[in-house]
Amino acid sequence: MIRHLLLGLLLALALTGPAWAVNPDERLADPVLEARARALGKSLRCLVCQNQSIDDSNADLAHDLRVLVRAQLTAGDSDAQVLAYLQARYGDYVLLKPPVDPATWALWFGPPAVLLIGGGVLVARRRDHPAAPIPLSAEERARLDLLMTDADE
Amino acid sequence: MIAELGHFALILALLIAIVQSILPMVGAQRGARPMMDVAAPAALLQFGAVALAFAALTHGYVTSDFSLKNVAENSHSLKPLLYKITGVWGNHEGSMLLWALILTLYGAAVAAFGRNLPPALKARVLSVHGMIGVGFLAFILFTSNPFLRMLPVPPDGQGLNPILQDPGLAFHPPFLYLGYVGFSMAFSFAVAALIEGRVDPAWARWVRPWTLVAWCALTLGICLGSWWAYYELGWGGWWAWDPVENASFMPWLSGTALLHSAIVVEKRDTLKGWTIFLALVTFSLSLLGTFLVRSGVLSSVHAFAVDPARGAFILVLLVVAIGGSLVLFALKAPNLRATGNFAPISRESALVLNNLLLATAALTVFLGTLYPLFLDVIGGDKVSVGSPYYNATFVPLMVPLVLVMAAGPLMTWKRADLASVLMRLRLAFGAALAVALVMVIVTRGHEALAPLGIGLAAWLLFGTLKELAERIRLFQAPWEVVRNRLTHTTRAAWGMSVAHAGLAVTIAGITVASGWQQEAIQTLKPGESVTLAGDLYRFDRVEPRPGPNYSAEQATVTLSHDGRTFATLHPSRLTYPLQRMTTTDVAIHTDGFSDRYVVLGDPQPDGGWIFRIYYNPLVPWVWFGALIMVLGGVLSLSDRRLRIGAPVKRLKRAEAELAA
Amino acid sequence: MPPENKSTLGRRLLFLLPVAAFVALAVTFALGLGHDPTMLKSAMIDKPAPAFALEPVMADKPGLARADLGGKPMLVNFFASWCAPCRVEHATLNGIAASGIPLVGIAYKDKLENAQRFLGDLGDPYQKIGLDLDGRTAIDFGVYGVPETYILDREGRIRFRYAGSLSDEVLKTEILPRLAALERP
Repeated sequence: MIRHLLLGLLLALALTGPAWAVNPDERLADPVLEARARALGKSLRCLVCQNQSIDDSNADLAHDLRVLVRAQLTAGDSDAQVLAYLQARYGDYVLLKPPVDPATWALWFGPPAVLLIGGGVLVARRRDHPAAPIPLSAEERARLDLLMTDADE
Repeated sequence: MIAELGHFALILALLIAIVQSILPMVGAQRGARPMMDVAAPAALLQFGAVALAFAALTHGYVTSDFSLKNVAENSHSLKPLLYKITGVWGNHEGSMLLWALILTLYGAAVAAFGRNLPPALKARVLSVHGMIGVGFLAFILFTSNPFLRMLPVPPDGQGLNPILQDPGLAFHPPFLYLGYVGFSMAFSFAVAALIEGRVDPAWARWVRPWTLVAWCALTLGICLGSWWAYYELGWGGWWAWDPVENASFMPWLSGTALLHSAIVVEKRDTLKGWTIFLALVTFSLSLLGTFLVRSGVLSSVHAFAVDPARGAFILVLLVVAIGGSLVLFALKAPNLRATGNFAPISRESALVLNNLLLATAALTVFLGTLYPLFLDVIGGDKVSVGSPYYNATFVPLMVPLVLVMAAGPLMTWKRADLASVLMRLRLAFGAALAVALVMVIVTRGHEALAPLGIGLAAWLLFGTLKELAERIRLFQAPWEVVRNRLTHTTRAAWGMSVAHAGLAVTIAGITVASGWQQEAIQTLKPGESVTLAGDLYRFDRVEPRPGPNYSAEQATVTLSHDGRTFATLHPSRLTYPLQRMTTTDVAIHTDGFSDRYVVLGDPQPDGGWIFRIYYNPLVPWVWFGALIMVLGGVLSLSDRRLRIGAPVKRLKRAEAELAA
Repeated sequence: MPPENKSTLGRRLLFLLPVAAFVALAVTFALGLGHDPTMLKSAMIDKPAPAFALEPVMADKPGLARADLGGKPMLVNFFASWCAPCRVEHATLNGIAASGIPLVGIAYKDKLENAQRFLGDLGDPYQKIGLDLDGRTAIDFGVYGVPETYILDREGRIRFRYAGSLSDEVLKTEILPRLAALERP
């Protein structure tokens, strides 16, 4: 939550005060379950806010979802079941980590592909042009020497 | 009257910018010196005119002239003077005027200090810069004019959003814009070079200082913004991968890549097309940030009020500036030829790898920021991209980047011996491994990321120190030699070591602060206390505290460790009646290594108050590290070889000697 | 590298790649400008309405349960007495009731007496009303906030969701044509 001052200003924040979430009365007594609930809360989007997790938001719906997550964990659901439950109702939009499917392949595999292709091109080019240095002309060398006299080498 | 003067000055600036963008370019194409010579005075005049307009608007704010719509909507007579002034750029119109002011300031700096630039290059650079000025001044005048009057004059203004009334945030935008806009210099130089069809080491030397200035400012701007979010928003974090944060981070990543690739152009006369490309992309990403924040295409907690007309105007600007420059690049860049070759293992290769990783990192942030919009407009399902995505994609890219960062500076240009480099780094590697092992033991093997992060930070720090030690031949040569070398090490070399060490500090801060944050959320009644990370937090009382334009409830919390009191904190809750808003005033106790962070929440019916208390170990290092990086940049900037024009003098001398 | 042999078509196309990428980006932005990023499609479209059984709000009307949905196309409206846009759309809802379109209501996170007063003041257009005190039923429907109106088909499947205040205009353009389509055998 940073940057650009001016924020035309966060309606959510403007109406409801400081951006903070999880109230003491929501918390589960079991620290293991509560830790799981916090982790899940951080990966679920507060649907009515802009780019906040339900863990970071004090919107009403975020509160209800936190309570729901905790109720389901207490009932013995797995993390995956809780996520699937909400995904079925609110779509992929509720997940802050988008699922890997054909629609998001470019998102997930784009950067690694660019890295691999870029790396491949570099290696191939270096093979094409082994480092046989092209000798400098006398003039070039003199110019370079003068330009770079106080270079650090 | 003064506002009309400002309005007039702004129109004048637009006219000057039009002249500045046409005449010198035509002159440079025709070799007509008088036309080229228009550039410098035009750039200075344009700056003067925009500065006048900015001063006029500031005057409106300071005197609370509510007949100005912009002032009435964003200021208030009861606001402290500091926030009246910083309120000038706390809104869309004023911040665009600040943008234009900084843009013209850079242009004026080239005009004033670029006396040694070849006249044609200087004319073209200032002409391109003038075109950017035309675009933004027209944008301000036609869609975002801050000098519009309103009738009837309201008795008082609507006030500035309370959470923006903060010194950290007041100075965050100027630095951010100094960074964003500073990359316009590299852009203008790149376009000018494409038009000339010539990129050489001298060009890289002229571009580097401007890029370095922009980079330092942007680093500082991001650092201030992150720090402000940390202590103002009261959520205990410092970075959320919000689209608007990403908008500033993308140009930082590609700007960092540009700084490094420009070194290769300067030293080895290769990687030219790529460097030009980075210069274009970096400023394009800055423009993109401006667009994203103001067009309403993305939802962000920080976006400006949405106005499609402004969005459309900026989009046209983007198409002309980015599209135009990329087309020019596609036409001209294939003809740029490298002379310097290098082996797969060399300083150049290490820098190329650095560039590849930084570019991929920038692409990751770019995709994460824009993919939801992209899917939306092609009719796909809505998706959200949040921190879990970046943790899975961005963070892994940083591992090889840091690994190479420590080794790269030890490599020689053209061809390096990897075995020898690794041998020289064996101590650093051993030490980093030891640090990582200690972390494994400390975390009892539960955490994988913490030992990795700390180990990488140690590797980078030790590697950087090793390079420095070799440079000055520490422990290898007699003291006189070491001292001599120490004093003769160039500022640029120091700058690199300092900046790299700064990143090591930041990485350590990020790792520890994310891995070991502890939190207590508790309802406390006066007299009750809670223990967190070995410290006892006792809630003593709450009392009212009046403020100039708010009323506050201020708590007193006493911190003690083993019965010894070490701090008293006053977190408060502020109510701004004008905006009907409640904000929180976080209280932080820092010792430079860790923060105790206390937030006062809502009162409860039973007389208790909700408290959120965080123990944030090493979090100050996140920003210390960034400041050290900036210091490295400034050191590098002070290197006399980078002073603008220095290469020309030497080149002239060289030519004279060659001719003799 | 020998300068003459590499300025091939392939190399030139490589340098055109950024231009192509930017064109795609600019088109995305141009389309995105007309988009409201806060408008969301419901993930529940074409899924059967969730199971629920809610207490009544009005003394003279039964509560609402999943079994009450289906049989014929109908509207399900989520409302609350504390929500200003709900007040705005209420006249339209009364009109819907008058025209005989089946309409049931779910009071979202409302106090019983407030909801009763709200309907007492503005009129009660609903055939049945359930009180969703903890908002769980709303979450099961995928509700973001009130008011929201759902179109259900004969089988009790959700076919359309309208988020926000209904108006006679919205009714005419968004709701009635869809209901009519569902009415057809």
